[in-house]
Amino acid sequence: MADARIARVTMPKWGLSMTAGKITEWLVEEGDEVQEGAELAEIDTDKIVGTLEAPAAGVVRRIIAGTDSSAPVGATIAVLAPAEVPDTDVDQVVAEAEEQLASGEVEEPAGPVVATVEVDGRVISYATMGEGDEVVVLVHGYGGDKNSWLFVQEPLSRTRTVHAIDLPGHGESAKDVGDGSLDTLAATVLGFLDAVGAERAHLVGHSLGGAVVTAVAAAAPGRVSALTLVSPAGFGAVDASYLRGFAEAGSRRELRPHLGKLFADESLVNRQLVDDLLRYKRLDGVETALQTLLGTLLDGDEQAIDAATLLAAVEVPVVVVWGRVDRVLAPADASTLGRAELRLVDDAGHMAHMEQPHAVVDAVEATGRKG
Amino acid sequence: MARTISYREAINEALAQEMARDESVIVMGEDNAGGMGSPGEMDAWGGVLGVTKGLYHQFPGRVLDTPISESAFIGAAVGAATRGLRPVAELMFIDFMGVCFDQIFNQAAKFRYMFGGKAVTPVVVRTMYGAGLRAAAQHSQALYPVFTHIPGLKVVVPSSPYEAKGLLIQSIRDDDPVIFCEHKLMYDTTGEVPEESYTIPFGEANLVREGGDVTIVAIGRMVSVAMEAAGELAASGVEAEVIDPRTTSPLDTETILESVESTGRLVVVDEATPRCNLATDISATVAQEAFGSLRAPIQMVTAPHTPVPFADSLEDFYMPDAQKVANAAKAVTGWER
Repeated sequence: MADARIARVTMPKWGLSMTAGKITEWLVEEGDEVQEGAELAEIDTDKIVGTLEAPAAGVVRRIIAGTDSSAPVGATIAVLAPAEVPDTDVDQVVAEAEEQLASGEVEEPAGPVVATVEVDGRVISYATMGEGDEVVVLVHGYGGDKNSWLFVQEPLSRTRTVHAIDLPGHGESAKDVGDGSLDTLAATVLGFLDAVGAERAHLVGHSLGGAVVTAVAAAAPGRVSALTLVSPAGFGAVDASYLRGFAEAGSRRELRPHLGKLFADESLVNRQLVDDLLRYKRLDGVETALQTLLGTLLDGDEQAIDAATLLAAVEVPVVVVWGRVDRVLAPADASTLGRAELRLVDDAGHMAHMEQPHAVVDAVEATGRKG
Repeated sequence: MARTISYREAINEALAQEMARDESVIVMGEDNAGGMGSPGEMDAWGGVLGVTKGLYHQFPGRVLDTPISESAFIGAAVGAATRGLRPVAELMFIDFMGVCFDQIFNQAAKFRYMFGGKAVTPVVVRTMYGAGLRAAAQHSQALYPVFTHIPGLKVVVPSSPYEAKGLLIQSIRDDDPVIFCEHKLMYDTTGEVPEESYTIPFGEANLVREGGDVTIVAIGRMVSVAMEAAGELAASGVEAEVIDPRTTSPLDTETILESVESTGRLVVVDEATPRCNLATDISATVAQEAFGSLRAPIQMVTAPHTPVPFADSLEDFYMPDAQKVANAAKAVTGWER
């Protein structure tokens, strides 16, 4: 048996379709001492580049998969251990890992499990990770889907049951959104809680999803233990041209410039991201759904949703996370957020959960502790 | 939800979903139902390679077997389209279009124009093309350039299951005659395809791979050949951009020109014989519109100007393959004045 103090750093599974990742850069060197959660490496999943964090504290004893190499999900790519663990023990773990990597026989960790429930006559698709009494539900924004939480769902699931849902009109859920109102969407989230038997849940919402979960907490306070909002809709100013441009773009050429506005670092918008969104937009019913929801979001060039009033009625702990350079929904003034704690995140735009996922994970954990 | 299915299943699913959505959609062709008088599910063959299998029982009365007379049933499909149906006719091998060409190029293709825009002809002709099935010279041609030549026809050459489903649904919903060309070697190739219906617009090329050294434009099955070549090229330090036009008419010249303007080099891969094919057409457009960007002569990788040979070894040699594409790309990237 290998020393329990030796921690394997494995290729993460970020998202349902990820089977392998490429290490684009190691941010640490062999011999460095790291804390748990320290940034170890940049990993390219084809869809987006993410930062891998240390699963435990220790010394980086060995880097097995070097910069620019690819490894299957689950493969050991580095080994951490306290300095006092002898080299021979580390070597043994490294040898096993190298053999696995060479043979390709790597056991892939269980990724999210996708299932569906029916809510108000609509099929709702969701992905679940982790087990635990604490239930967290992640609700994406306009035009997004459950996969947008790829960097957040896994770390949160270590001690919790984490569901990421597709709102009506999105992802793999039914494309009919009915009247598309905030009430309809909030009823869907409540219906989802009923369907999975969650009496109370910590709701996490991004953008439109942030307004939706705020509406759920206002309407059914007994069902919500805490709220974490990431760049929520319904506060302050909106770039209406982004929303309309996204809804109307019919080709890669038209879509790409709009997607650039989502991120602080526009280079995150790669071909795969654009292609995936285009594929989604071309499904039957999506155009109608997005147009209907546009009516929920916008009143002329202003936001039609007043989430501040809804939030004022919410008594559970609320933390709001906002990218400092959000160009779609500018960070709200703290005064409009009532008792909620506002955390501004550097180097993040509208997609803080993709660009700085640790900040969102930290916020969810902090909100949970307040509850 | 996207799952992995074959090119054959993707086409079948597109037909089934459109027939369920719109009762004016009908399917017709040789052995599409199962043959005259054949009873039961077991006998529903679904065309020569089983693409329409199962539809006969799902849509009673809307999957029609036809006599072995292309001039008659393609004519019937064109006529039915002018009267409000949306027929999807299966012309077994593209090589047989000679016997029904009047119906296609002088009738279907002309109605909208000759009746001042008042007549629409929403007919789809699905047909198999391409070499590799040891089917000899009369069943192996890549004749999509012949249709591309004719104004009034739209010509679709899907390169993957995803493309096949979305482009076929678009073809059925389109109000103009569409020639939908399926490569017979691709029916068992698989890929991720959404369960839901979706469309892919005509005239929009797919950027299959990004790269800065050479643009490779490839049609239909040649897209996977070009991607294999791009993998080999990457190993030797040449990054190829691979473009799949998806439809040869309309043709997305803008995407091709933009790419050539950044790479300065072009290889076109076309399984058709080399005279007046897509390779010559695209090369001429690039030479005319982007001459100043070219840093090397254009290379065309095509079949030779001969009938498709029957001997296995000769047929294999006849088709463009990854090695020929990689060689062409190396020739243009290594070219010096």
